[in-house]
Amino acid sequence: MTVSRRTVLGFALLPLACDSGKPHKGALGFAERLNDRVQRGLFRSGKLAPEEPASAVTSAGEFPLYKVGDAYPDAPERWRLRVHGLVAKPLELSLAELKRLPPTQFRVRHHCVEGWSAVASWHGVRVAEIARLCGADPRARFVEFRSFERGQPAEDGPEVRYYSSWDRESAEHPQTILAYGRNGDAMTIEEGAPLRLYSAVKLGYKMVKWVDEVVFQPVRTGGYWEDLGYEWFAGV
Amino acid sequence: MKSPRPEQPLAVRITHWANVPLLAVMAASGLQILAAFPEMGPKGAPARWYPFQDWTPPSWMRAGGWLAGARHLHFGLAWLFVANALVYVVWMAVTGEWRRRAFQPGRDSRNALQTLAWYLRLRKSPPEQELYNGLQRLAYTIAIVLGAVEVLSGLALYKPVQLSLVAALFGGYDGARAVHLLGLVALVAFTVGHLVLVLLHPRALASIFTGGRRS
Repeated sequence: MTVSRRTVLGFALLPLACDSGKPHKGALGFAERLNDRVQRGLFRSGKLAPEEPASAVTSAGEFPLYKVGDAYPDAPERWRLRVHGLVAKPLELSLAELKRLPPTQFRVRHHCVEGWSAVASWHGVRVAEIARLCGADPRARFVEFRSFERGQPAEDGPEVRYYSSWDRESAEHPQTILAYGRNGDAMTIEEGAPLRLYSAVKLGYKMVKWVDEVVFQPVRTGGYWEDLGYEWFAGV
Repeated sequence: MKSPRPEQPLAVRITHWANVPLLAVMAASGLQILAAFPEMGPKGAPARWYPFQDWTPPSWMRAGGWLAGARHLHFGLAWLFVANALVYVVWMAVTGEWRRRAFQPGRDSRNALQTLAWYLRLRKSPPEQELYNGLQRLAYTIAIVLGAVEVLSGLALYKPVQLSLVAALFGGYDGARAVHLLGLVALVAFTVGHLVLVLLHPRALASIFTGGRRS
C-alpha cells in the first residue's frame, strides 16, 4: 500500500476533526474507510470460523435476541423470499422451496458489537447457493438483505425497514447462510423466523432477521445501524 | 568514541509526549466501548475470577460519546498509537539506546531489588545507577510489554475469526477481552506510579522536556 498525501493529511487531521456523533464524517470517516480496506485485505473466503463444541452452546434464554421494533414482527401471509437486482433470473422462493436446497449447518461463536459473545448452531441455505441459482452478475459487488421488520431510528424520524448491505465476498462465505433453524430446531419468531441471515464472519448487526428480500447490487448502500453511524464492513 | 547523548534524546521526548494523548484517548474510548457490556465471559457464563465484573466506567472516564463513535475513535487512533510505538522501538533498536533502558535480568535484577529495599526503607542509601536504576528499567520494560499485549489482544477482539491464531494466544475472544481490560488496569497502575515517582524526582521531569544532561 502506498502512503498517499491524503493518508498523511487524514492522520494529521484525525485528532482535530473528530465528531463522534457523526462517525462516517471527517477524520473518523477517513479512518473508517481505511479500516474497511484493511478488513477486506484481511478477509479470506476460505478461512472458516472454528466449530465450537456442543458444550459451548449458550443456554436458552441467555442468547440475546434483539429487535428494533416495539414487538417481534409477524411474518406476512404467504411469505416469500424475493431475490432480485443484477441477476439473470429473479427468484421468489417459499420456505419449503428453500428447505429443498442443499442445507448447511455450523456451530460458531457470535460476536456482538457491544462486546458479548454467545454460541449456537444454525442451519439453512448458503447465500452462495442463492447467488448461483439466480445467476448473480459478477458486477454486483454488494448484496443487500432486507427485513420486513420496521424500526424508528430517530425519535421524530420515519419508520424504516431493517436492512444491511454486505460485500459480496463475505455474503458468499461458506459460513454465511439464510437460516431457518437453530440448535437443531425450527427457528422461532424471536430468533428471526421464517428466515434470517446468519454468518460467522460479521458482527451481529449485519445479520438481518426476518429477511424477505435479497438484492444483488453494483453499489454499496448502508444499513439500519450503519446509517446511524456504525461501521459498514463490520467483519470479524 | 561515542558522542555524548542527552538523558532523553529528541526521539524519546517526541514519542513519549505523542503517547500521552494517544494512550489517554485509547483508554477513554475503550472504556466507552466497555460500557456497552461491562461483563467478562461469554453470555450465560460470566467469568467469576474477573475482579471488575459489571463495573461500568463513569462518564468522565469515557470518550466517543456512544458505542459507534467510540469504536471509530478507538480503531482510528490505534493506527497512530501503533505507529508511534513502532517509531520508538525501531529507534531504540537502531541506535542501541535500548541498552541503557531495557531491563536485562542478569544485569539489573540485583539493582532492582536494592532500589526496592531503599524505597521500603530497608536500606540506607540507593544503589549506584546509570541513567536508570534496575527498578526503573523493569517498570519501563513492563510498560512496553503491556502496550504490545494491548495491541495483540485488541487485534484478537477486532478479528477473532480472520486472526484466529492471535485470538488463540489469549484462549479465544472472551479471554482476549479480559486480557485487554486487565492490561489497561496495569497500564493505569504504571502511569500512576510513574507520575508519583517523577514528581518525587523533579530532575527526571525536567529532562523529558529539555533532554537533560549529556553524558
